[in-house]
Amino acid sequence: MTNASLGFAALGDATRLQIFERLARKPSSVGKLADRMAVTRPAVSQHLKVLKSAGLVLVSQEGTRRIYRVDQRGVELMRKFLDRFWDQALAAFKEAAEEREA
Amino acid sequence: MSHIEPVRKRIIVNTSQERAFRIFTTGIDRWWPREHHIGKSPLLRAVLQERAGGRWYSVCEDGSECDVGKVLSWEPPRRLLLAWQITGDWQYDPSFVTEVEVTFTAQGPNQTQVELEHRDLERYGDKAPAFRKSVDSAGGWPKIIEEFATVAGAPDAVA
Repeated sequence: MTNASLGFAALGDATRLQIFERLARKPSSVGKLADRMAVTRPAVSQHLKVLKSAGLVLVSQEGTRRIYRVDQRGVELMRKFLDRFWDQALAAFKEAAEEREA
Repeated sequence: MSHIEPVRKRIIVNTSQERAFRIFTTGIDRWWPREHHIGKSPLLRAVLQERAGGRWYSVCEDGSECDVGKVLSWEPPRRLLLAWQITGDWQYDPSFVTEVEVTFTAQGPNQTQVELEHRDLERYGDKAPAFRKSVDSAGGWPKIIEEFATVAGAPDAVA
């Protein structure tokens, strides 16, 4: 499975989507995310791990803290979506164009 | 924002160049995917106005209209340039433009090569993050994500 398709699956979970949206607004540490959400720290860590392996967030070390942020290459997700969208649309177009004239 | 490769597609359609162009444009309602509709009510009809500057939109069952973009260049039966103005937030934004160029090349009386290029995708970087829709809203990203996850689970999605 590609990173982009993993990305879409990773956002299918409500809590993960919420974490992702928070990071999209502002980079944050695990602790800060957990403080502001009704989710335990280990659970946040687990969600971040999924988001990270899906290529949606990046982590960097700032002093003693690990800061998570949305990977701006998430633009690639949009590209991936459009790529599939046009595959589907053009297949339907071909079918319509090859139908015999009524 | 760094350059993002355009989405490029090429297909062969077994019909004349004129008909291919006509079905793509005037006949857009016959093939436009229903499931990616962004409006609140089911899609009734997709419309592409046949002229440069023409609107590209869909009409919903409740009578509302949702813009997709517009026609930038109208050159039947050879070329079509469209503006796709749907942002990553899944909203129409008149100030946001990505280009979709479609060319129709006759390869015989009943065979046409159709090439499509959707470009300027790096502009989605300015509109990022593209995931602001709440999970329970109808349509938009959650729905796309759901559909995508289904497709992604299919064996052919393995990279």
